[in-house]
Amino acid sequence: MPTGFTGRDIISIKELNKKEILLVLNQAEKLKRAPEPELLKGCVMGSCFFEPSTRTRLSFETAMQRLGGSVIGFADPGVSSATKGETLYDSIRIIGQYADVITMRHPLDGAARRAAEATEKPIINGGDGANQHPTQTLLDLFTIRECQKRLTNLSIAMVGDLKYGRTVHSLAQALIHFQPTFYFVAPDFLQMPDHLLEQLREAGIKYSLKKTIEEVVNKVDILYLTRIQKERFSDISEYEKAKNLYVLDVPLLAKAKPNLRVLHPLPRVNELSPAVDSTPYAYYFEQAANGLYVRQALLGLVLGKL
Amino acid sequence: MRAYKVFAIKDGTVIDHIPNGKGLRLIAALKLNDMNTVLTMGTHFTSKRLGRKDIVKIEHKELSPSEVNQVCLFAPTATINIIREHKVVKKFTVAVPPVFTELVICPNSRCITNHERTPSTFYPLADGERLRLRCHYCEKIFSHEEVSLR
Repeated sequence: MPTGFTGRDIISIKELNKKEILLVLNQAEKLKRAPEPELLKGCVMGSCFFEPSTRTRLSFETAMQRLGGSVIGFADPGVSSATKGETLYDSIRIIGQYADVITMRHPLDGAARRAAEATEKPIINGGDGANQHPTQTLLDLFTIRECQKRLTNLSIAMVGDLKYGRTVHSLAQALIHFQPTFYFVAPDFLQMPDHLLEQLREAGIKYSLKKTIEEVVNKVDILYLTRIQKERFSDISEYEKAKNLYVLDVPLLAKAKPNLRVLHPLPRVNELSPAVDSTPYAYYFEQAANGLYVRQALLGLVLGKL
Repeated sequence: MRAYKVFAIKDGTVIDHIPNGKGLRLIAALKLNDMNTVLTMGTHFTSKRLGRKDIVKIEHKELSPSEVNQVCLFAPTATINIIREHKVVKKFTVAVPPVFTELVICPNSRCITNHERTPSTFYPLADGERLRLRCHYCEKIFSHEEVSLR
């Protein structure tokens, strides 16, 4: 039965409906249980990283190789024709003639959408500036379902930089399909943007704005921490005020429910103590590992092999 | 007493019911100053519907639909009258088009459209009286006052 994914670009999580999200998660689960080392044999993935990213790039490249496919591309724009002044459009148009699928990251918002106009081959967005990072959202959903055995009716706290963090924006939007209760923990100047809160209200999703982790730790199933991203601040004094506001350490978890799991898109700086790693609540390394299966599922689907 | 506040025109376009004070912006947006034709603008006119309004009359120029779309961004209440031989031959209100193509400059400096030549594409979001626009590329949403036209 056609999945509707063959040849499709994966640019923004907003373009996937609930059924499609669940299809990706189910395929990822199957691949995690039963690897398919021959699935993409003979297929070539163009890995185009116009901005450095270790985790996302290695995860995509490993996903392709473990499915039997091969990888071409670059990890640093310094070695691409972008340094010679070539437009993104031209670069992708040419790479699309060599590869069957293109995964990319780019520092500018909207770059993945522009790239998709340059080629008939499917583009998978691995992050375009501060805009979208749909594979991160899908791996977050996969991980939440894996550790809680369900996606619906969960209590989820998001902590840290909720204003600039694209990860939390996309995850909150995707979770709208699954009736969560949200707690947004941030100082006023880093709270969730109004347009997103408006979307939640329109969808009838319950949420509350909080200032401390203590207020929510005994209520939630998922504690999703984020790094305060220095590079997103135009006002450095705001960054200095924010950087050490939220630090999760073991004593803070004393009142946690037994099923609580801590997630973090990583890399972490100060906000997540390494002491948490050895508690049963830590699930962020499993989360990072799950990126492999979700990306395998997407590659298989857009190439029409799943 | 003056016979007319603004003289009637023989051929051309009359844009009426422009929100008060938006007339000059509309002239700039449509680049009407660049046309070698007589242009008349009235402001602070009394209007039953709007209280106050601006009016722009363009002689020997009939607005095309794509130009009407531009008017919509700044003057959604505007009505367009096409005049031939002193008679109104067509009269229509501005409608919000399904998409604005190559008209709007994305205010997001990090948007790809501001870094390499890309046909800007904006989708209007109907939200009661407010007109908001979503950039097809960076997906950011702006009020119509925030954007400028090419």
